[in-house]
Amino acid sequence: MKTFRIGGVHPAENKLSAGKAIEILALPKQAVFPLSQHIGAPATAIVKKGDVVKVGTKIAEAGGFVSASIFSSVSGKVNKVDAVVDASGYRKPAIFIDVEGDEWEESIDRSPVLVRECNLTPEEIVAKVKNAGIVGMGGACFPTHVKLSPPPGCKAECVIINAVECEPYLTADHRLMLEKADEVLVGVSILMKAAKVTKGYIGIENNKPDAIKLMAQKAIQYPGIEIVPLQVKYPQGGEKQLIDAVIGRQVPAPPAIPINVGAVVQNVGTAFAVYEAVQKNKPLFERIVTVTGKSLKSPSNFLTRMGTPMSQLIDAAGGLPENTGKVIGGGPMMGKALVNTEVPICKGSSGVLIMNDKEAARAEAQPCIRCAKCVSVCPMGLEPFLLATLSAHKDWERVEKEDVMSCIECGSCQFTCPSHRHLLDYIRLGKGTVGGIIRARNAKK
Amino acid sequence: MDLILFAVISLGAIGLIAAVILYVASKKFAVYEDPRIAKVSEVLPQANCGGCGYPGCSGFAGACVKAADAGSLEGKLCPVGGAPVMEKVAAILGLEAVASEPKVAVVRCNGSCANRPRTAQYDGARSCAIAHATSGGETGCTFGCLGCGDCVEVCQFDAIHMNSETGLPEVDETKCTACGACSKACPRKIIEIRPKGKNNRRVVVMCVNKDKGAIANKACTASCIGCGKCVKVCPFEAIALENNLAYIDPNKCKSCRKCEAECPKGAIQAINFPPRKLKSELPPREAVVKPATVSSTVSDTASVNPTVSKTVAQALESPKAEA
Amino acid sequence: MANKLIVSLSPHVHSGDSVQKNMYGVLVALIPALLVSFYMFGLGAVVVTLTSVAACVFFEWAITKFILKRERSTICDGSAIITGVLLAFNLPSNLPLWIIIIGALVAIGVGKMTFGGLGCNPFNPALVGRIFLLISFPVQMTSWPTVQQWISYTDATTEATPLALMKMAVKGDVNALEQLPETLNLFLGNNPGSLGEVSALALLFGLGYMLWKKIISWHIPVSILATVFVCAGLMHLVDPVAYASPLAHLFTGGLMLGAIFMATDYVTSPMTHKGMIVYGVAIGFLTIVIRLFGAYPEGMSFAIFIMNAFTPLINTYCKPKRFGEVVKK
Repeated sequence: MKTFRIGGVHPAENKLSAGKAIEILALPKQAVFPLSQHIGAPATAIVKKGDVVKVGTKIAEAGGFVSASIFSSVSGKVNKVDAVVDASGYRKPAIFIDVEGDEWEESIDRSPVLVRECNLTPEEIVAKVKNAGIVGMGGACFPTHVKLSPPPGCKAECVIINAVECEPYLTADHRLMLEKADEVLVGVSILMKAAKVTKGYIGIENNKPDAIKLMAQKAIQYPGIEIVPLQVKYPQGGEKQLIDAVIGRQVPAPPAIPINVGAVVQNVGTAFAVYEAVQKNKPLFERIVTVTGKSLKSPSNFLTRMGTPMSQLIDAAGGLPENTGKVIGGGPMMGKALVNTEVPICKGSSGVLIMNDKEAARAEAQPCIRCAKCVSVCPMGLEPFLLATLSAHKDWERVEKEDVMSCIECGSCQFTCPSHRHLLDYIRLGKGTVGGIIRARNAKK
Repeated sequence: MDLILFAVISLGAIGLIAAVILYVASKKFAVYEDPRIAKVSEVLPQANCGGCGYPGCSGFAGACVKAADAGSLEGKLCPVGGAPVMEKVAAILGLEAVASEPKVAVVRCNGSCANRPRTAQYDGARSCAIAHATSGGETGCTFGCLGCGDCVEVCQFDAIHMNSETGLPEVDETKCTACGACSKACPRKIIEIRPKGKNNRRVVVMCVNKDKGAIANKACTASCIGCGKCVKVCPFEAIALENNLAYIDPNKCKSCRKCEAECPKGAIQAINFPPRKLKSELPPREAVVKPATVSSTVSDTASVNPTVSKTVAQALESPKAEA
Repeated sequence: MANKLIVSLSPHVHSGDSVQKNMYGVLVALIPALLVSFYMFGLGAVVVTLTSVAACVFFEWAITKFILKRERSTICDGSAIITGVLLAFNLPSNLPLWIIIIGALVAIGVGKMTFGGLGCNPFNPALVGRIFLLISFPVQMTSWPTVQQWISYTDATTEATPLALMKMAVKGDVNALEQLPETLNLFLGNNPGSLGEVSALALLFGLGYMLWKKIISWHIPVSILATVFVCAGLMHLVDPVAYASPLAHLFTGGLMLGAIFMATDYVTSPMTHKGMIVYGVAIGFLTIVIRLFGAYPEGMSFAIFIMNAFTPLINTYCKPKRFGEVVKK
């Protein structure tokens, strides 16, 4: 079975909600749309207080090429444009909409009929994807139309669909494949057309045999699409690791990007969103969110409108347990711990994970015993112990020399460390600082 | 006999060859260095603190010589040596010393444990930079002090310490050289290097919160809510209100303390002023509870300690404060 | 909300691995060799092991508490116990108590705590202790009791070890190699020597356990053993009378113990797989050089000691293969 070549760990999978069908979550009373829910420039609000919007109305315009528009997921009146605490823990500008009824824009095709034929040109598809505000749904939220527009001199050879879901606990992508297999496959075909390639791979980890089987059965009807079962290993969902696992090519160190080895990687959720945008005229305003945790009464998967506060999802899954220690937006390996549960669901919110106080507490860090386990699990071939020490000593020059910018922040090192050292905390600090130094240097030139 | 001769000749030959090599090398690879740099270096304190913004004292000396060639020493200051050292440097370089105002680091946050209720708990490496990247902090204020002590760690002069009671750093003004290391280390830019002011007295807005009034008010009892009362009351137009935050321009402020009395949240502090004599002149301020920060140096150096006058004044006003 | 939420950076889960788990794993791996040593050397082995472990743990505790004045005691992490067992494994079973205690003091005090405790020491503490004793008390340290004198301690009769015979052969004694015990006996441990080093079989069990539990990787032990085998084999082919067979080299002396337990010490071995192989090959080579051409019959501890000193250098030059350096398929 295929997998990536360097490092990797295998955290306990804990896919508690894998058997739970997707449920539709009730509408929130008020939906909140942070203007910056993607990588790149924040969007600019184009509505003001008192404006009436429908489901699917554009409420914020992309703030540049690397940016994405934001659409209302509810119908109602704009209450205000104000700051809200988002997943980063900081107040960021957002649009607040008071929900009234559920009136959709007429252009959206709400019928459940599968539309397979797509006669648009690649350019038209990219334009449609851009106009629907689609970003990578895996968590990084990179605007999809940018990935589909390769820089000059680069040519895509294949599309790789990330259906790995290597994060423990999360099951949103798994359920999506089981329940919307055809839509996903049409979405992949459209993505292939947009990227002007004839080959598409869907990488699925072997802990989802039902999804592999179903997708393989259906994929026969879609020319060029191949299902690639992958060995279960974290961080296989990392873009570079997935490319290595599926087509055996390694993306060189930054600033190289996947397209340099001819690959365009898209999340399976993105493929579904592309299907809806291109075939059904439906912009990105809802997504599947896994709400899970060992202490939660009923871990579930919800089809959630964006802007819904996380507390509503938690309530729908049985309510926040008494002994909650941590609420995490995303999975346990790369998710962000939230300061409160009122944080709204954004385009990249793949899950909400509740941890009780015992699970949440980090063990005390002990001295490094130089066991080299972090080195052997690092999927990028780095030396986490060294990067962390150098960062702690603020030796930025050497941190840069030791390739800190290659770090994908997967957390495998800290997960493995027998001394419970906060390796990634320091490496992030180093990466952030060195990134700033590099940008300043480039700006000088 | 032969032996001695051989030894003398061979050693002599080796010495000669080495001498030639050394001579050639010293001529060929000679690096010219302005002799003034060494002279300037000599008068510098050699703390190599980097407080001047250059890599160590020799770096600063080189910069001074370069600046002197350009005609002026303006902007060059050794924060450790201060004016006397700069005068010596200027004398070596044949220039007039540019008098620069003595400065000091000011921690512009009063979000002590009592003033700022904790709403979350940070669990990670004890580093402000990392805590800053993790989330908005342990309180509702996403601008205030994180309390991990990055500023304490970088201070070369032992001039800044965490107060365990307030959870905030305190500057020891007698030791602070205004080198700016703490200000650079603070990820939230709370610490400002400000002119010391006349008689070491100054009036400062002790808050950097840019949130709207209601949010800032909820997050911290000592926050600036951007009400603008201080701007109106200031007779010298020294206070500017931007992004819901007041800032007192130290160059315009005449230390009249009107704004201090006007501020409804007690966010403006007059530092190192003697306590006001008449209590009745002050508006009641029961709501603003400040913990009694009495450090060991308070009793004997009351007029120097940055917080003591304020503390004493408030302790007088509101006896509940200490409860 | 009643309780405050905890915020921290990801990852939010941990593998559950800990320093203790690894250290106690090593101790479990040492059990087979320990049992063999009890069987071979009886009472002496028990006394030496217990003294060494007790002394090491005591010194670690005492130094942490009274000299370093640290609040947290580190004796629970098991590293001092390992040092104690490994030190005992490197001593003859008839060594007087006071020498063992001096060895433990040097191992823990000089070898470990002077550098700041676990994780900071450049040399394997047990080796520091052993080499100190070997140089300070050469007579006591090199008189090896004959096996299976179960109830004797310091009064046990002694005999020459296989390594001494091999050294005599190199020096020109043409009959020395014929007196070597059979290879099978060497493998099982039925020959004189230090406590823990005699049975290659028991030590290999330990290696298997540690590899299975992923406490160590194969790189260091395999590269040491392979290098010794190749080097000794070449010399044996050149002159079978003077140079013993490679198998005899593998199964005698501290080679197995060193390769499996001493050289693989986390703190003092290189961090990358590439570095581990360089380190292992160098140790194997140095061991054979010292055994065949050096003054001492055994070179394992010196070889490891020398390479410990080179570990930082190896770490600097042997970087792991970065992602993206692999050639395109």
